[in-house]
Amino acid sequence: MRRFGAGQAFLIGGVFVVAAQVAGAQSQAPAAYAITHARIFTVSGAPIDDGTLVIRDGKIAAVGANVEIPAAAQVIDGKGLQVYPGLFDAVTQMGLSEISAVSATVDSAETGLYNPDVVAATAILPSSEHIPVTRAAGITEVLAVPGSGGFDFSGSRGVIGGQASAIHLSGWTIDEMLIKKSVAMVVNWPEIETRTFDFATFSRKEKPFAEAKKEYEKQVSELTELLERARHYAVAVEHQKTADFRRDVKLEALVPVVRGQLAMLVVTDRGRDIRNAVEYADKQKLKIIIAGGTEAYKVKDLLRSKSVPVILRPPLTLPSEEDDPYDRLLSQPAELAKAGVRFAIGSFDNSFARRLGQNAANAVAYGLPYDEALKAVTQYPAEILGLGDQVGTLEVGKMANVIVTNGDPLEVTTDVRYLFIKGRLTSTDNKHQRLYEKYLNRPKAAE
Amino acid sequence: MNRLSLVNTIVAAAALVAVGSACVAVFAANPPEAPAVLLIQNATILTVSHGTIEHGSILIKDGKIAEVGTSIKAPSGAQIVDANGQFVMPGIIDCHSHIGVDGSVNEGSISVSSIANIADVLNPEDIDIYRDLAGGVTTANVLHGSANAIGGQTVVIKLRWGQPAARLPFEGAVPGIKFALGENPKRSNFSIPGQPKRYPATRMGVEETIRGAFTEARDYKKAWEEYNKRAGAGEKNLIPPRRDLRLEPLVEVLEGKRYVHSHCYREDEILMLLRVAKEFGFKVRTFQHVLEGYKVADEIAASGAGASTFSDWWAYKVEAYEAIPYNAAIMTKRGVIVSINSDDAEEATHLNQEAAKSMKYGGMSHEEALKMVTINPALQLGIDKRVGSIDVGKDADLVIYDHDPLSAYAVVQKTLIDGRVYFDRERDVADRGTLEKEKKALLEKERKAAEKKADEKKAEEKKSGGKPEEKKPEDKPKPPKDATAAGGAL
Repeated sequence: MRRFGAGQAFLIGGVFVVAAQVAGAQSQAPAAYAITHARIFTVSGAPIDDGTLVIRDGKIAAVGANVEIPAAAQVIDGKGLQVYPGLFDAVTQMGLSEISAVSATVDSAETGLYNPDVVAATAILPSSEHIPVTRAAGITEVLAVPGSGGFDFSGSRGVIGGQASAIHLSGWTIDEMLIKKSVAMVVNWPEIETRTFDFATFSRKEKPFAEAKKEYEKQVSELTELLERARHYAVAVEHQKTADFRRDVKLEALVPVVRGQLAMLVVTDRGRDIRNAVEYADKQKLKIIIAGGTEAYKVKDLLRSKSVPVILRPPLTLPSEEDDPYDRLLSQPAELAKAGVRFAIGSFDNSFARRLGQNAANAVAYGLPYDEALKAVTQYPAEILGLGDQVGTLEVGKMANVIVTNGDPLEVTTDVRYLFIKGRLTSTDNKHQRLYEKYLNRPKAAE
Repeated sequence: MNRLSLVNTIVAAAALVAVGSACVAVFAANPPEAPAVLLIQNATILTVSHGTIEHGSILIKDGKIAEVGTSIKAPSGAQIVDANGQFVMPGIIDCHSHIGVDGSVNEGSISVSSIANIADVLNPEDIDIYRDLAGGVTTANVLHGSANAIGGQTVVIKLRWGQPAARLPFEGAVPGIKFALGENPKRSNFSIPGQPKRYPATRMGVEETIRGAFTEARDYKKAWEEYNKRAGAGEKNLIPPRRDLRLEPLVEVLEGKRYVHSHCYREDEILMLLRVAKEFGFKVRTFQHVLEGYKVADEIAASGAGASTFSDWWAYKVEAYEAIPYNAAIMTKRGVIVSINSDDAEEATHLNQEAAKSMKYGGMSHEEALKMVTINPALQLGIDKRVGSIDVGKDADLVIYDHDPLSAYAVVQKTLIDGRVYFDRERDVADRGTLEKEKKALLEKERKAAEKKADEKKAEEKKSGGKPEEKKPEDKPKPPKDATAAGGAL
């Protein structure tokens, strides 16, 4: 929708809503807001039935049943509405890939196998049409993950994909949008793959297991060697006054990894590969987060005992094996929760980022407690990615990334009525809504 | 699946890998029994044709709906399904599917592949049939791929899991043919190295490919009519026209005996096909995907064509960059019969949820949204007298959910086709232990066989005393995965 003045009535989907001043993405905004008489789901604590949330200077200033409203605050009547932290999509290519089939619009994967020095934030396009579409679905922050192509099965992915960046979805420039530039080092774990699809000949290729294993071992040893060099480099850095010290941007990028300061986001799905990656990280004393985790259930005890968190692919995914139960991925979140494995759910996409809530809801349908599902797309991704002190819950002092909805934000029919990003009332206007309004009003075609 | 695999050819390519990596055969279950009389009780019935019935019952006799109401007494001997607290709706009809196809869905070598027929390559043991059944789908329009301006012949099936291929086709459903416009037939997003570019490579050429084929088909039709007329008049020593299997399906299109289901995206190509259809005097039965249908909804409505679209897919290629989730709602408002389809085995497992999204995007009513996966696709496929709503006399193709189906929290409990329970969640869950045991036993057997073979080999080598013979590749013990994959062919 276009911008509306305070108190102006407008029509969305047949429902009249009285709008407060909904700013464009980044216009001047009042310093303070108060959402009153709403049901508030802080996620960190019990829901507040008739509560007030105060936002000031970009942060959550107060939340509770009896909260004083600052005199300068713009008040939004939240009667009948529900307030939640904005959703956090923990794996996307937001801003890195616009139209996945058009390589000119895709900046998600470098060539070459080892690119620890490349950073997602560098290539995130703030004016990507995906951003307003995604935030209209209540997603206020995402991790932009480099390292694989526009089509996620393209096969042309390196081992070290680069550094993933966390952004919130409102800003004129990347600097305004950054939550944290370097959140994790993306590692596409080498896999023992005997069957691959060869795009050059458009046919399926098979190689013997022994050969596939050899390739796997070669890549793992290359990775080990690179990390070893980074360790030496880290020592050298401390003594870099020596005249012969030569900087190396790739090794430099790996220093925080080998020091255990930067987690590896290891993209892998099969049970065997997850086990290999976890044992590797354990041996190398590296921080690890698994992303993908299609068969995490096969190694749930290991994941729990090593406290390795997982960012799961959408549960709305068919099982990898023909004889798996049809609901294998739908019921996995419930199984992992029961086993004590920490996990978040990600969209692993841009176009389908807005299905994040739907995916979490489907996990509930197959046994995951609702609170856990909500946390899997708010609090847990924030915590897993080391941003738990900034986003993910409605706690005082956190960044005010807040959504006000007419119902359960995980349900497919729920509307986001108000959206706050970094304390600013942000428009839910987007390309889709604009085209809708334009063509809804097309005069009737002549016969 | 997630799921940028939205370009058909590439989907097919990926599927090849996926199928190849599937490890243990799933033996198609025996088809369920057909109870003569079955009564579903205490359900919230979403009839689609005449509103919602609370605490309702559905009486099924010989696979047909015999009675629908609130006070049906169970006939003696009736099998009873108590659906207390549950929701029953008509089985979901997916107007764009590629399940149950053996091998590739694309005969992509030529621009007019009307000679190919999907009905000839149905694979009743494709696990996706079962998975979609578990998502409430009872009928699917199984289409050829979109690599060709005029693609292969298509078939409507019922998801009768466990039945042989011959029992899958929907009896009496009008067969179809796939057309495709835009990026896929002009091969924008894929080229196979070493192969020359195939005509057409532009939307202009796509139109001419279709016009050219129908010009031939029109002449061919005339030649046969002439022949039949003269033969009918008793003329002797006539030579019949040479049969052309490529043109025959197009003649059926001209005669209205075969439906055109045309893949398309952009507004211009939609209008192009309507012009061509007008020129040759045939009808477009459905526009498939039709993501810019909202721009030319009046024109589509005026032509009488249906539109079968995605809920919220967009931006995976240029022609999908103006796709909007309000598409279904706008077209519906303008008088087009709209369905929501899957194009994908995974997407098909939650078409109920996908339909629900139009309540949010465009303000559709609950009933309108529900129609988009039931009676509307039935109308589009010309099977609305048989399926698509819960009415007396119709086939007992039903889905039972534990929740209002227009929600992400609804789980399919049972799926019935022709009154038979083809999917039962309780039974599925209960059988998992047995299947797991069977799988373990098979793997063990395989492992032992491989060990035995290796031992025999060793013994032989010992006996011969000399250097071990060089192993041939096929003699190497294979990992269990490969060994059982071979068993999968059984």
